Amino acid sequence: MQEWANLALDAAVARGATYADARVMDIRHRELSTKNGRVGTVAESESLGIGVRVIAEGSWGFASTDQLTRRGIERCAAQAVAIARASALAKRHDVVLAPEEAHVDTWQSPLVKDPFRIPVERQLALLMAADAEMRRVAGVTLAETSMTFRRIEQFYASSIGAAIHQVRMLSGAGIVATSFAEGEIQRRSYPASFGGQHQLGGYEVVESFDLAGQARRVAEEAVALHQAPQCPEGRRTIILDSSQLALQIHESVGHAIELDRVLGQEANFAGTSFLTLEKLGTLQYASPIVNVVADARLAHGPGLGTFGYDDEGVPAQCTPIIQDGLFTGYLMSRETAAAIGQPRSNGCLRTEGWNRLPIIRMTNVSLLPGSWNLDDLIADTADGLWMETNHSWSIDDRRLHFQFSTEMAWEIKGGKKVRMLKNASYSGITPEFWNSCDAICSRDHWVLWGTPNCGKGQPMQAMGTGHGAAPARFRNVRVGVAFAK
Amino acid sequence: MRRKKFTIRRRVPGAPAVAAAHLLSRAELQRIVERVLRLSEADETEVTIEATADALTRFANNTIHQNVAETSLSISVRPVLDGRTARATTNKTDEESLRRVVAAASALARVQPRDPGLLPMPGPQKYRAVKRFCAATAAATPDHRARAVARVLQLAARNGQTAAGIFTTGCWQTVLANSKGLLARHEQTRAEFSVTMLDSDSSGWAKANAAGVAEIDPGSLAERAAQKAAQSRAPRELVPGRYTVILEPAAVLDIVGSLFYDFSATAVRDKRSCLTDRLGKKLFGENITLWDDVYHPLQLGPAFDGEGVPRKRVLLVQCGVPRNLVYARSTAQGAGARPTGHGFALPNEYGEAPMNLVFAGGKASLDEMIASTDRGILVTRFWYIREVDPYEKIMTGMTRDGTFLIEGGRIAGGIRNFRFNQSILEMLAHVEMLGPAVRAAGEEAFEMVVPAMKVHGFNFTEATKF
Repeated sequence: MQEWANLALDAAVARGATYADARVMDIRHRELSTKNGRVGTVAESESLGIGVRVIAEGSWGFASTDQLTRRGIERCAAQAVAIARASALAKRHDVVLAPEEAHVDTWQSPLVKDPFRIPVERQLALLMAADAEMRRVAGVTLAETSMTFRRIEQFYASSIGAAIHQVRMLSGAGIVATSFAEGEIQRRSYPASFGGQHQLGGYEVVESFDLAGQARRVAEEAVALHQAPQCPEGRRTIILDSSQLALQIHESVGHAIELDRVLGQEANFAGTSFLTLEKLGTLQYASPIVNVVADARLAHGPGLGTFGYDDEGVPAQCTPIIQDGLFTGYLMSRETAAAIGQPRSNGCLRTEGWNRLPIIRMTNVSLLPGSWNLDDLIADTADGLWMETNHSWSIDDRRLHFQFSTEMAWEIKGGKKVRMLKNASYSGITPEFWNSCDAICSRDHWVLWGTPNCGKGQPMQAMGTGHGAAPARFRNVRVGVAFAK
Repeated sequence: MRRKKFTIRRRVPGAPAVAAAHLLSRAELQRIVERVLRLSEADETEVTIEATADALTRFANNTIHQNVAETSLSISVRPVLDGRTARATTNKTDEESLRRVVAAASALARVQPRDPGLLPMPGPQKYRAVKRFCAATAAATPDHRARAVARVLQLAARNGQTAAGIFTTGCWQTVLANSKGLLARHEQTRAEFSVTMLDSDSSGWAKANAAGVAEIDPGSLAERAAQKAAQSRAPRELVPGRYTVILEPAAVLDIVGSLFYDFSATAVRDKRSCLTDRLGKKLFGENITLWDDVYHPLQLGPAFDGEGVPRKRVLLVQCGVPRNLVYARSTAQGAGARPTGHGFALPNEYGEAPMNLVFAGGKASLDEMIASTDRGILVTRFWYIREVDPYEKIMTGMTRDGTFLIEGGRIAGGIRNFRFNQSILEMLAHVEMLGPAVRAAGEEAFEMVVPAMKVHGFNFTEATKF
């Protein structure tokens, strides 16, 4: 890998690049699924290639190839330089990068059981057991399970002398029970919806979920939802479970703090952000009990946003994003850090694969735990709703107005969960919502969730991001509007 | 946002066309197919080769800020062993890697239970020719795209606006073959231009794509986006509620495109389609007729599905009544129907879906729709559309980049963006006027051939701050 990367750098510099970096990435993927007692997908893939990013004539160019011969790599590097020169046809100023040391290092994510060494039949048997358990519940019309593993080995080198080898293993799994009855579709998922839970680690991550042990509960809840009353419309106190809160953080904090969005670089597709530069250090983003960090260090946990170095050789860091409710930090690259006068990038430039340009992505954007015990929090809530497991999510292109629905809710009266509700939804305006937070549960309830498929960029890139959260309470939130007639 | 004068610089030599350089000859593709099939000892073997060469020039803040190119090749193998199948894919073409991918696919297949629904692979098929390869698109260079972008940036600067967008060109080749003699080939080019013009407190957007780069006019798209941005300055806030809306084709595409999987026979069998128990019943307005038709002149895509079955033109909705579903081979066998050529590559749990939707259009122009509306909302595009209720097909999402109040038959100005929670089933029962069907491109759904629509009672539930 190192030889290929160095060859690309030499070729790019020889053709006039004033800066170059190269990523050789070898990605292996396994995907298994079942549906109603039958195997769905059984597939593996591998993809090896190189991406070369250069600055020439003050502008960016990027080219990638899987033709890893001397000729193929030199042609790729030459193409990147030619593209940079074309970019310079319509440039306004030369690219400036915030300084960074040339790191030489190796980093490996934690791993106990290599999932690619676990027999596929054993993995399928685990899914089939959960599948069968869900189908034992009368009323379940669709039982689905899935499991994915991804190993990413990469070598990064740059013309300033960086040389970084990293290996990351990502594992995840989930189950879904769906019930169709009387003109209504209800579903429940575990550990989370839309593919389940994902973390850095090996097969031990999947084993920790106890999918089969949870399958019957999940299925029974899906069926029970048909008999549950509709979530009412109005303004209520809500308590979000940690997986739903993780997505709330992702959409209404994580994307909003991406500095490329703030600077208008994503205006055509992903959108911009309400967090314009004058708000840094001045906006009361949230109530004073809210503290959010963007933390890519392993010390934060084995999240999908955990790594040793980002994809332009900047070490993993912890950035305070919201401190005691005050907005204090963006997600940055070397270029965007320089653009706003920051002395250094905080290491958030990431790429999906060898054939994609690294762009600013979330690392682990997490809400730090508070002090409440969950039972105490519910007991402290006279009238409210407990909302659990995301069903749908949508937010405007400046990350202000959002609407989420959850698979299930419980009405809380007098400090107790009294009845299940179906079709629950809530909506709001980002800073108003976060300023209404008055209780956050403790580290005992805190989970580092993984979002494996966050889409951004043109061409589109899917990225894994991490979000730690414990259940939290929000006051005076509009609920039920999604089903309002 | 700072605005700075930019300059168009002289043309520089030596920027090659990515796509043209990467195409494989038929003989080269055939050689890879034969090597894979020779290496496999399975009962049956299918091999799919895909070669991609794409380039994308991206601009924002009136400058090119990202500019990328990609060439890649993938070889995917699916053996069948005693009623079991699996897939393995590699992008390495050396003999050892091909041997390894064949072995990996066979090993994955062997360890699973027999699939009683797995059919023998199809033999040779006849395909209707579709011409979707444009040499000019494949030959487009970074300079070509940069010059077109530079002209758009000049326009933005003249208008005091800020432009962001993409100009992409590329090509894709695929070959699907199996050990029973099936051989399907497809080559396609794609050019796409998308632009957002940002004004002081408003924005406008336009987008188009086609196989031929000559069919894409960045200048006129930029003019349209600029006009929308200018016309929607100083947006006013309206009270949410039910409004008559005029949806431009991209807005129709992005919301109605969410229906595509509901026409999958597998989705209906699994009872997760909104058409479960509703086939043959009047569901939409009399003016709604919908096909899946890969052969439509405004459509792109291959004339075969993931197993190499020829695609058929399928009437999905006739005068408001859902009439037919699409079927993969195994789904069709289970339902006593004939396969329609819409199956996904095996193995998969989703079955099939129509990917080339074509709506019957009408004759009303956008101007006529506006002139006929006493009070309503004109929507350029929607954003972040997600499903709230899968059976009533309630979708939520936002308006974006050009939302206007119509009063007294004319555009009265821009408004702040709305959130909607709207059943597509109800929406397609409330269509009052249809424009001519055109190829539309959005961000939330596959490109489709759709008309602009005037719809009454569209449910806007909340407004945002801009």
